[in-house]
Order: sequence, then structure tokens, then C-alpha cells
Amino acid sequence: MSLTADPALDPNAPQRPPAARRRLLRRRSAIPGFTLTLGLTLTILSLIVLIPLAAVALKGASQSPAEFIANAFSERALTAYRLSFGAALVAALINGVFGLPTAWAMVRYRFPGKGLVNALIDLPFALPTAVAGIALVALYSESGWVGALLAKVGVKAAYNPLGVIIALTFIGLPFVVRTLEPVIRDLSVDVEEAAASLGAGRIQTLARVVLPSLAPAWLTGFALAFARGVGEYGSVIFIAGNMPYRSEIAPLLIIIELEQYDYAGAAAIALVMLAVSFSMLLVINSIQAWARRLAA
Amino acid sequence: MSATRARRPTEDAVWTRGLLLAVVLVFLLLVLVLPLATVFVEALRRGVEPALAAIGEPDAIAAIQLTLLTAAISVPFNAAFGVCAAWAIAKHEFPGKSALITLIDLPFSVSPVVAGLIYVLVFGAQGWFGPWLIEHDIRIIFAVPGIVLATVFVTFPFVARELIPLMQEQGVDEEEAAVSMGAGGLRTFWSVTAPNIRWGLLYGVLLCNARAMGEFGAVSVVSGHIRGLTNTMPLHVEILYNEYQFVGAFAVAALLCLLAILTLVLKTGLEIAQPADRRAGH
Repeated sequence: MSLTADPALDPNAPQRPPAARRRLLRRRSAIPGFTLTLGLTLTILSLIVLIPLAAVALKGASQSPAEFIANAFSERALTAYRLSFGAALVAALINGVFGLPTAWAMVRYRFPGKGLVNALIDLPFALPTAVAGIALVALYSESGWVGALLAKVGVKAAYNPLGVIIALTFIGLPFVVRTLEPVIRDLSVDVEEAAASLGAGRIQTLARVVLPSLAPAWLTGFALAFARGVGEYGSVIFIAGNMPYRSEIAPLLIIIELEQYDYAGAAAIALVMLAVSFSMLLVINSIQAWARRLAA
Repeated sequence: MSATRARRPTEDAVWTRGLLLAVVLVFLLLVLVLPLATVFVEALRRGVEPALAAIGEPDAIAAIQLTLLTAAISVPFNAAFGVCAAWAIAKHEFPGKSALITLIDLPFSVSPVVAGLIYVLVFGAQGWFGPWLIEHDIRIIFAVPGIVLATVFVTFPFVARELIPLMQEQGVDEEEAAVSMGAGGLRTFWSVTAPNIRWGLLYGVLLCNARAMGEFGAVSVVSGHIRGLTNTMPLHVEILYNEYQFVGAFAVAALLCLLAILTLVLKTGLEIAQPADRRAGH
């Protein structure tokens, strides 16, 4: 393109309105609309996201420290956090273990029905969580197809903490697969060939060469699945059984407090969950920064 | 030859491939396929008639209408916001850009229940604007505006996070050329930028719509569950299920499943229309 010469200095350049010329002279903002779009972006972001989020922080902070601790760290709340975080962790691990071979197969193998499987992996993103919830109960309760089999070996899947893990596994499934796939696709086959030609066996090549380069993406996917699982509500409440001190997740506790008009109690638990979400966000961002440094 | 053909060193052995694929498919069967199949089996347990009757019931129709209305407001709003934010972020340089991107992504890491709660704390009877709203007889919480707000919040990042990397990758050369030839901002956007981002925009809108129509937690907090008035389809599923009307619950759920399947089909189509590397991120 012949835009390298400054048109303002070109005597043959066609006349154009002075405003456009002024814009051209300031190189950094050659494209118009910056003030307008950034202003709108910041305004809408503040009105929809930031100010309402600040409301929770203020509601939480308006309590005395003793009140806040009583609300946020009651015995019942602690049990709920333990279940929400524990089940999300186990589910993210399950997705980490099965997501790796899934992503590997989706990139490296050819098999009939691959297109269908590929579309299906995103089902948890597309399916409403409440639908997933009732479907998982119907399947994993004692009268369901899988639940009946599990009951025979003495495993009670639904209305149990195990049910929470099953629901969170469903919800988090795409994260590990979808973060690993592009990395596996970009993996240079040359490195694997080099390792093989130097005498490494296939397993050695995978363990020493392939897996380490997948680690950042795997961790990102794991963290995303975990973060999603911690706050998940719709798919869990149907299968969990919701027994206080046993199978009650933290988001449900917020709803229970709200139904009793205990806004301060709800805000206290919400603040704890927000703090965890934000730390997870920081962790995910630093893993990605680490991955970029590794790639560079 | 074929029986003794040496395997390329970067290929997995046949038995490894078979075993790994079997494990993957059984896992996907248990977690994805069987739950999806269960919804249709349960919905049609007593035949097609009761399932259709459950969908044709007035409360179900009202729920479908409210879901469509909510999506019809929140999806275009978030699409417009996404284009606006992506224009500011991808086409200009300014300090604090990555912080802004993180803030736009924030709603994805907030629990849906917390997303509903924040609006109750702002607009609810005991909230910041509660007394003023009651005085002026404006209902936001336990009414349609609250449902729309909560939906906008949970679907807020979808379009923006699809468009920002896409527009960053496309650079500013074409827009600068248009501007240097005298095109104004809007003209530049419509004739230069818009054709380049239409697939990415559609992709973001599709995912945004799926979430908007399916949101449960956030909407559940602000809805008040008033039948025929503030019940969306997912909330209607919950009410029927809790009343042991399983055929009805699964029939409405099956309708939502069809929507999800349609979303996945369109998404696959869009991925074929777009370059393959645009899929990352979700």
C-alpha cells in the first residue's frame, strides 16, 4: 500500500476536510471514535458490572468484623465452602485426566464421527445448566441407567457429594479440552521426530518432550474448570440433595440467606466467593503469562 | 507391506490409539451423550402427546415468551457493547488496556448466584435504590427488568472477548487507509471493519444467545418465580421438576436441548466459515 508517504506533505494529494487531516497528523489516533467508544465502554462496564459488584463489597464491609466472620465463616458456611471447593477441585482433576487424551485424540487421530464428537464437547457451554441438572439426576439416581448400575456395587451417586462432583465434571468438561487443542495443534512434530531419532521411545518422547510443553495450557484449562465449578449452581442443586452440613454448596447458601432476607449474611458469603474468583483470575492470568514466556 | 509397514515415530501405536480412543469415548458417553439422551427419553416417557401438551400450556408459553424477550434485549445490547469495546481496545493504544480486558471478562468468573445478588443489593427493597423505586412504583427485582439485567451481566463478555483478539489480529492498516481517503468513522466501520468481523461477531452472538436463553442461577435470584410473569424457560423447568411433573419438566427441557443442539450445529458451521485458529478461547 502506498500509504507510507505522508499525504499531508504531498502536493498532489486531494483536498480533504481539515478535521480528517488533523486526525492523520496525530499518528496514534488516526482511526476516529476513540473517545466515544472508550467512554461508552467504561460507562456501560461501570453501570452493569463494577458498581453493582461494589454494592456487595460495601454491604459486606458495612458489617462489624465480628458480624462478618460470624456470617461468612459459620460452621454451615465452612462446610459449604469445603464442598464447593473440594468438589470443584476433584471435578477439575477428572477433567484434567480425561481432557488430555480427549484433546490429543481430537487433534492427532482420525476416526469416524469425529466431527460429531467435536461439536458435542461444547455441549456444556450450550446446554442450560438446569437442563443438565435434571438430566444428570435422572441418569445417576438409583432409578437411572447409570445410577442403577452404581447402586449394585454400593455407590450412591445422586443426592450425595458425589453427585456434586458429577455435575461439576459435566460443566467443566470443555475447558481443559479446548485450551489444550490449539497447543497440541501447534506442537511441532519435528521435536518429536528429533527425540525419536535420538533413540527415545514413544512413551519417553511423550513424557519428556510433549507433556512438559502442554503443562501451561493444561493448568489454564484446569484452573478455568475449577473456577467455573466453584460458582456453579444450576446443574448442581438438583443432584446434590442439598442437605445442610452435607451436600449444600456455597451458592445455594447465598440463596437461602436471601430467602430469609438476611442480605448481610448473603453478601458476606458472596464476598468470600468473589475473593476466591478474583484470586483464580489472577492465577489464570499468571499461568498464561508464564505460558507466553515459555513459548517466546 | 501394509502389515509390516513401519509406524512413523510420531504416531502412536495402533493399540495405544484404540485404547485411548475407547477411554475418551466412554468418558464422553457417560458425561455428555447419556444425559442428553435421558432428557428426550424422559420427555417422551408417556408418548408425544403429554410432552407437547406440557409445552403448549399457558405458563410454559409465557415462559418461552419471556425467555425470547430477555434474549432479544440482552443479546443485541451485549453485541453493541462488544463491538464498541473492541473498537476502542483493538484499534487504539492506551494505558491500562489489559486491565480493561480483564474487567470486561470479570462476569465469567463471578458465580451466577452472586451476579443475581448484586442487583438485589442495588435495586431490591432493602437495596441502595430500593426506597426510591418503591416510592415511584418501579419494579426491577422480581420483575422483567431484573431478569434482563442479570442476563446482561452473565453474558456480558461473550461478544467482546470474541471480537477483541480478532480485531487486534487484523490490525489497523485497512481502517487507516479508509480514513486517509476521507471516510468518516461510521463509514470506515461499516464498509471496512464490519465485513472483516462478521463471522466472529455471529459466533459471539450465538454463544451469548445460548447462555442468555439458558441462564438459571442469576435469573433465579432476581425472578421471584411468579408463574406466567417472571418465569423463564429454565425456571419453569425447575418449578415443574420440584412439583414432580417430570414429563412436563423434561418436555420443556427437551425444547432447550433442541436449542442447544441448534447452537452447536450453527457453531460448527461458523467454525468452518472462519479460519480454524479463531476457535481458541472457549
